Amino acid sequence: MTRKQRRLVLIGAGLSVLAVAVALMLNAFRDSIVFFNSPSDVAEKHVEPGTRIRLGGLVKTGSLLRDNGLLIRFEVTDGKSEIPVTYQGVLPDLFREGQGVVAEGALDGAGVFNADTILAKHDETYMPKEVADALKKSGHWKDDYAQRAAMPVTGVNK
Amino acid sequence: MIPELGHYALMLALGLALIQGIMPIVGARTNDPVLMNIATSTALAQFVFVAIAFGALTECYVFSDFSVLNVYENSNSAMPLIYRLTSVWGNHEGSMMLWVSILAFFGALVAFFGTNLPATLKADALAVQAWIAAAFYLFILATSNPFVRIPDAPFEGQDLNPILQDPGLAFHPPMLYLGYVGFSIAFSFAIAALLEGRIDAAWARWVRPWVLGAWMCLTIGIAGGSYWAYYELGWGGFWFWDPVENASLMPWLAGTALLHSAVVMEKRGALKVWTILLAILTFSLSLIGTFLVRSGVLTSVHAFATDPTRGIFILAILVAFIGGALALYAWRAPALKQGGLFAPISREGALVFNNLFLTSACATVFVGTLYPLALEALTGDKISVGPPFFNSTFGPLFIPLMLVMPFGPLLGWKRGDLLGAAQRLLTAAMLAAVAIAAAFALEHGGPVLAPFGVGIAVFVMAGAVTDIAERTMILRIPFGAALRRAIGLPRSAWGTAFAHFGIGVTLLGIVGATAWGGERIAAIKPGDTLDLAHYRLTFDGQFNRTGPNYRDVVGHFTVRRMSGELIGAMEPSRRTFPARNMATTEAALMTRGLSQIYLSLGDANPDGTVSVRLYFKPNVLMIWLGAVIMFFGGGLSLSDRRLRVGAPRPAKVRAALQAAE
Repeated sequence: MTRKQRRLVLIGAGLSVLAVAVALMLNAFRDSIVFFNSPSDVAEKHVEPGTRIRLGGLVKTGSLLRDNGLLIRFEVTDGKSEIPVTYQGVLPDLFREGQGVVAEGALDGAGVFNADTILAKHDETYMPKEVADALKKSGHWKDDYAQRAAMPVTGVNK
Repeated sequence: MIPELGHYALMLALGLALIQGIMPIVGARTNDPVLMNIATSTALAQFVFVAIAFGALTECYVFSDFSVLNVYENSNSAMPLIYRLTSVWGNHEGSMMLWVSILAFFGALVAFFGTNLPATLKADALAVQAWIAAAFYLFILATSNPFVRIPDAPFEGQDLNPILQDPGLAFHPPMLYLGYVGFSIAFSFAIAALLEGRIDAAWARWVRPWVLGAWMCLTIGIAGGSYWAYYELGWGGFWFWDPVENASLMPWLAGTALLHSAVVMEKRGALKVWTILLAILTFSLSLIGTFLVRSGVLTSVHAFATDPTRGIFILAILVAFIGGALALYAWRAPALKQGGLFAPISREGALVFNNLFLTSACATVFVGTLYPLALEALTGDKISVGPPFFNSTFGPLFIPLMLVMPFGPLLGWKRGDLLGAAQRLLTAAMLAAVAIAAAFALEHGGPVLAPFGVGIAVFVMAGAVTDIAERTMILRIPFGAALRRAIGLPRSAWGTAFAHFGIGVTLLGIVGATAWGGERIAAIKPGDTLDLAHYRLTFDGQFNRTGPNYRDVVGHFTVRRMSGELIGAMEPSRRTFPARNMATTEAALMTRGLSQIYLSLGDANPDGTVSVRLYFKPNVLMIWLGAVIMFFGGGLSLSDRRLRVGAPRPAKVRAALQAAE
């Protein structure tokens, strides 16, 4: 092979691997992207039951119910709308009523959000950024949240 | 007094960096040896001053000087000494100090050991290194000064974020930074080569040890972070595809590609232009990692900075360095001379294959990590790109890489014999087939693809062994002769085999822990038992325990085999830190061979039960063991005679050192 042909082989191989990578990414983007929604978004956008989303807001005070220890029910609110959530498992360390929360899962036919992941935030002063933005949008942002958010150390993103 | 001294030393370091960034370049252009030599002395002096600044900050932490704001916010006199030390870098300002300290350290190493470098190359490279350093000194002094005082010194500090109070943090951030910042050397040399418009195989020989060292540190740093997340966060996961983790994985992938392309350049003089680009990209990804982690665009345990000016400052550094480097590359790279020829089936071809897949895999991680940020900035839509995305893009790109990996070292340079390599790998392939069959027969319930994962891992490991077996001709010639051949093999050959073997070990651990692990989540009360895999755990009760700056609620569990034989006890706890009013979950781990039982304690429920999470993680330790093997392989390769001979120290320096002892 001449130098030119060899270079063409190299370039061809490079482009084909790149094409495969792009195809894989496009395919994965179609299937595995999860949108963040506040309870109001869920009501407005009519999120289909079964679609995976992240639901974020505040855990409504007085809504937390533990059935037999492991099945947990609570409501997520942004001040305008509320969505009932069920979760089976152990809650993260700083899950509290009145605190920000992000749950990942899907709505069932009855409008109950079945969460399979509750994002653990390891610092009680920490407000998930999505939740803070959603609260600001719905006009329920309180100044003391901002003060808390301005504190120097934020929580873990797990 | 001490903090002011540190502050002053840092400003002097900035001044030195500015001199080092200008004079040597002028010297290299005008061929003035005096100006060029300034680089060596300023690089050494710069390191001295940064070390003084870092030492001053450390002193404030160790002796709990709460009149320094940074110490007050992140330390507490009740913390044990090790955490007072680690909290130096457990915050934004301190971690940037660590960053520049390591940068200056590497600059000093180049200045000290680079005595055989061509004068202009050394001057240019050190000047580029100084630009990076100057940018970060400015960043620290302007936006993140760790030496700011509080007028009325409080009596007690606010404590370090409890989840960072962990021995792992003594070692994970410095290793990671050694890796990130180590790639700056490759970057500086690449820019210097572009400035000179000349590059040869010797360039690769100078740069490769630095890349190798940085790669080793990054490997072990990532593995350490992963192990920390595994036991500290209480979820039993070892990798979350979290943006912060991806930020360290991207330079690792690009750095691994760079390591391999530099081999081709060193041995065959080919892939020069590509290697330069990879050197630029690898350090750029390190900078992007720093930006992602430190700017506050991502909220995570690592995002200490919440001040937007810092983010903008780092972004400006990022744009200047990456943009500038790529522009210089576009302008000067076409002038670099073409290298040697090779057939597609050859060692070079295999290494190109490696580079293509590693960089593509890196690109998918890059897109997956940055797409949500870009989308939010453009449309306001908030999305999360989680593990499914990475599993279905990164995974398929890594499989061919693993399959081809054993072939690489068996192919000859220039033109390889694919059929011959395949024949020599026949044993490895058969072993892999046996492993797949055994996995299907022995394990039930896991994903269908998991046994093939085991097969690939075994193929990679057996392939690494085959490489050594072929080189030593063991089993074909008398054992003594083979042993002599083994001793005579270049250490880099052993290094390659170990590193490749380590990848196989890690893969085996990942497959085992994710596919065949067991999980129980239950609400239990004292006296209850939990069965998982071959073990039975009895919950004996809870008790309280007090630590230096925390309180523990400890659950006591007795672990038995199903047969009733007693194995031991596990004591997971929930730990409360009064200084910050925070709680953490301290999981208990019991190691059984390479597998682990993982137990973490959840909330107490109103009905008197306690929620617990119990996992069985088969082969999970292999994940990190593999990284240790890779690190060891890198070390062997680094100690190779060729690299030492390639970069000899003049006898004079050695004599001077001895005299000083």
